[in-house]
Amino acid sequence: MSQLLWWVLASLAIGGGIGTITRRNPIASLLFLVLSFAALAGIYVMLGAHFIAAVQVIVYAGAILVLFLFVIMLLNLGGDYRSDLRSGAWVVAGFVSAGLIGWALATALTAAGAVADTSAGARIDASVTELNAVGAIARPLFRDFLVPFELTSILLLVAIVGAVILAKRKV
Amino acid sequence: MVTESLILSAVLFSIGVAGAVFRRNAIILFLCVELMLNAVNLAFVAFSRTVGIEGQVFVFFVMTVAAAEAAVGLAIVISIFRLAGTVDMKDLNLLRW
Repeated sequence: MSQLLWWVLASLAIGGGIGTITRRNPIASLLFLVLSFAALAGIYVMLGAHFIAAVQVIVYAGAILVLFLFVIMLLNLGGDYRSDLRSGAWVVAGFVSAGLIGWALATALTAAGAVADTSAGARIDASVTELNAVGAIARPLFRDFLVPFELTSILLLVAIVGAVILAKRKV
Repeated sequence: MVTESLILSAVLFSIGVAGAVFRRNAIILFLCVELMLNAVNLAFVAFSRTVGIEGQVFVFFVMTVAAAEAAVGLAIVISIFRLAGTVDMKDLNLLRW
């Protein structure tokens, strides 16, 4: 049952990805990407990452992609369906690079022994039952990764300032 | 399920690469980058089953960086649109000689 659900979600994610890169209308493309992200959130739940799944739906599909939708509508790109697909050598280059990168990643990620030990998964599940889904990720985040966590707030501040300055009409 | 998720992550990443090469619309290119970032997130979550909870913490950081990248990148797209009147990469050859 869970295997079947995984395959359904995986095919939804891949179908959404293919829809993203083949639709001419940018808004259709973006909605396919939302489908792909929602399917990925389901896969995160199946992998035991409940908090990440919630953040995926709320922040990624809910906030970041809505930002993209705002910009598409702001630039009025939904109206003209002028094809922006490249042709000729670009298509060959795309298939070759995608195939090579996919093959290299698949072989490197599933290299022998890399995924043999799954005891950490049981430890994560135990920590989720002990501390709930948020606490299980918050404890390492605020203990071992406190400095990177604070650095991301500086990154966000820089991004806010940069976005405002870039989008301003006159500097 | 972990191995299959890693394969799925590789497939999604290569779909993102193919889209970034095939398309010329700058916003679609950003969407392809987001797809690639999500493929990496999936690999992190899958590896968290074998390495530990740190994988999920890293996904958290990747999402923050993706949000910052989307904000700055879309601001750049808007200012390019204001400058050139298009977001088609074919017409944006200001730096080409």
